[in-house]
Amino acid sequence: MYLSELKKGETAVIEAIEADDLVAKLFEMGCVPGEKVKMVLVAPFGDPVAIQVAGYTLAMRIQEAAKVRIRKDNFSSQKIKL
Amino acid sequence: MSNFPGTTVDYKWADIGNARIIDLPGTYSIYPKSGDEQVTVSTILGQKTGFEPNKLIVVADASNLKRSLLLCLQVIDLGLPTVLALNMLDVAAQKHIQVDSVELSKLLGIPVVEINARKKQGIDLLEQTVASLKTPTKIFYHINPAIVEFLEELKIVINTGNIYKDLVMAHQVSNASHAKQNIARVFSKYEFETGKLQARETVERFKQIDEILIECITKTAHVTDRSNFADKIITHKVWGLLIFFALLFVMFQSIFWLARWPMELIEQGFDSLSSFTLHMFPNNMWSDLFANGVLAGVSGVLVFVPQIMILFSLLTLLEDSGYMARVSFIMDRLMRSFGLNGKSVVPLIGGMACAVPSIMATRNIENVRDRLITIMVIPLMSCSARLPVYVLLIGLIVPDTQVWGVFSMQGLVMLGMYLVGFIAALLVAWIFKLVLKQNKKNYFILEMPAYKWPTINNVSLVVWSRVKIFVKEAGLIILCVSVILWFLGSYGPGDNMQQIEKKYSQTIYKDSSFAQAKMQAEKLEASYAGHFGKWIEPAISPLGFDWKIGIALLSSFAAREVFVGTMSAIYSIGDGEGHQSLKHKMQAEVDTLTGKPRYSMATVWSLMFFYAFALQCTSTVAVVYRETKSWKWPLLQIIILTGMAYLASLAIYQGFS
Repeated sequence: MYLSELKKGETAVIEAIEADDLVAKLFEMGCVPGEKVKMVLVAPFGDPVAIQVAGYTLAMRIQEAAKVRIRKDNFSSQKIKL
Repeated sequence: MSNFPGTTVDYKWADIGNARIIDLPGTYSIYPKSGDEQVTVSTILGQKTGFEPNKLIVVADASNLKRSLLLCLQVIDLGLPTVLALNMLDVAAQKHIQVDSVELSKLLGIPVVEINARKKQGIDLLEQTVASLKTPTKIFYHINPAIVEFLEELKIVINTGNIYKDLVMAHQVSNASHAKQNIARVFSKYEFETGKLQARETVERFKQIDEILIECITKTAHVTDRSNFADKIITHKVWGLLIFFALLFVMFQSIFWLARWPMELIEQGFDSLSSFTLHMFPNNMWSDLFANGVLAGVSGVLVFVPQIMILFSLLTLLEDSGYMARVSFIMDRLMRSFGLNGKSVVPLIGGMACAVPSIMATRNIENVRDRLITIMVIPLMSCSARLPVYVLLIGLIVPDTQVWGVFSMQGLVMLGMYLVGFIAALLVAWIFKLVLKQNKKNYFILEMPAYKWPTINNVSLVVWSRVKIFVKEAGLIILCVSVILWFLGSYGPGDNMQQIEKKYSQTIYKDSSFAQAKMQAEKLEASYAGHFGKWIEPAISPLGFDWKIGIALLSSFAAREVFVGTMSAIYSIGDGEGHQSLKHKMQAEVDTLTGKPRYSMATVWSLMFFYAFALQCTSTVAVVYRETKSWKWPLLQIIILTGMAYLASLAIYQGFS
């Protein structure tokens, strides 16, 4: 599953970034594998989107989000901490 | 360490005692991704200023320490004496985050000082710490076994004595379009890929940072950001756009209405100063040069200061509050259809005041193509210098009536001209999008900073520095051109000028102000500027312009609003009569060939469109050259924009008549 498929309010964990030209930038913005993300905003025309990551809000286009592979994080959306 | 659109894009410095303090744009890492980040990294590496900084202060956001520490660790590994200034602890406390700065200092091997930049707390301690700053005690960079050989061989071509610095330099060189041959050989031998290496390093560093943060950060509760609620409205598909356009409208109005008063004051002040000079000193070349060349030039520069101050106050308020990042966010999709991107919006809005600082503000657009297109179309946004030209011309052809009882007809036409500029900017951008290929680095990744209250202190600092830059850089050019124009307008080939003066020195003309004004007009016709006007007349007559307008066009290259002054001089208007009488003179002017009014609908519309499109601004050309580092783009811009102006005027004039 990819970040671009995540709906507003849903959370997930980053697994990998599948674009060579984006890896360096997204990594230094804190989007490293294992990091939790939450979809928080969608712009007026459905693109770009903004996620909560590493304690701040980060905006990116759908085409970038489509390169971020994620794993749905079912536990935290139910507010249960393991 | 902030990187929102429009904030610092260049380095600033101040000398205190025998030390130079340099303030750098924010960067997320030592590997720059945009022009403003490049400025910072080149300065840290000593490439920009020619010398390495002796000491570094890294300012970190305590509420978001993880990302701030990435650059901090990289800088530590460069081996420069570094102190970490921990800012925004109050925001962190609101988020229930406690930072143990003593522990952090121990783990990082550098001093950590808690500060509050807004309240100016902890600055003394920071100063003391900087005074006794030593080289960092720890090294965080572990040489990856995979690149040991590469680094060894790299040492032959880049050797700074610090292995990590060698690597950073290598990344820098690989970004440049042409690496030196011996370095390029090493790169290709080891298949050096800057992106992959950076990514690997970043992941490793974040692992180290996580380990450090576990030791020195305590989160007591999880709270949602206040910004989230505001963002729901501000980025809403209906409300968000409405708020944005309402803000634009208010901004636009206040620039014109608030600035009117001080602008008139400055103009009047300089007018009286120049007539005072002419009365006080003997009437010779020098007093004339001073009064009509230098003073006119200085006044032409200073008259823009009020507008620039208001515009930048408002823009800085919006930036500091965090709103501008949201504007980029909500406008990105729309702008992308035209080959621009969300980060182009702020510079385009700024273009309504002045293209010069706005072109500089494009530096934080990472994408080279989008940045270039933005630079190319900014001059099409109707800047404040076009305002007086539009006021005069609209006054000539549009009746001063009301529409639906509320809107002034002239005001609506004025708004229309601004729309023309904006639509032209989008169209030209779209054409560039078709022509220019997209380069690899095509992404839009932007931090949305938390909303905060702007401080008056920072706003006034930004405004002050903008005004200083404008007066110093643009001012010098405008001043020079004014003096040149004064010369071209006051001297002419042969002895024609002297003969006109002789003719009017006869006693019957002595006391007639009308005759004196007529003399000025005849002198202008005989001057170099007049000859120039006559010379280009064949080229501009298809547009409905005569040689007098030709002179005005020439003088407009100093600054567009000079148009009004030049027209006044050509139509022999004495001092103190203002636009009203210039308007009447222009209305009364008759075309000698057709016998119809010179300033017909066709001519005036043609002239307005010419001013809407043509690139008549020396400062813009200079700043585009500086930002693109080549003459190719400014020249292309002159040709395209002025060509558009010519064709539009031609179509309008020929269509009308």
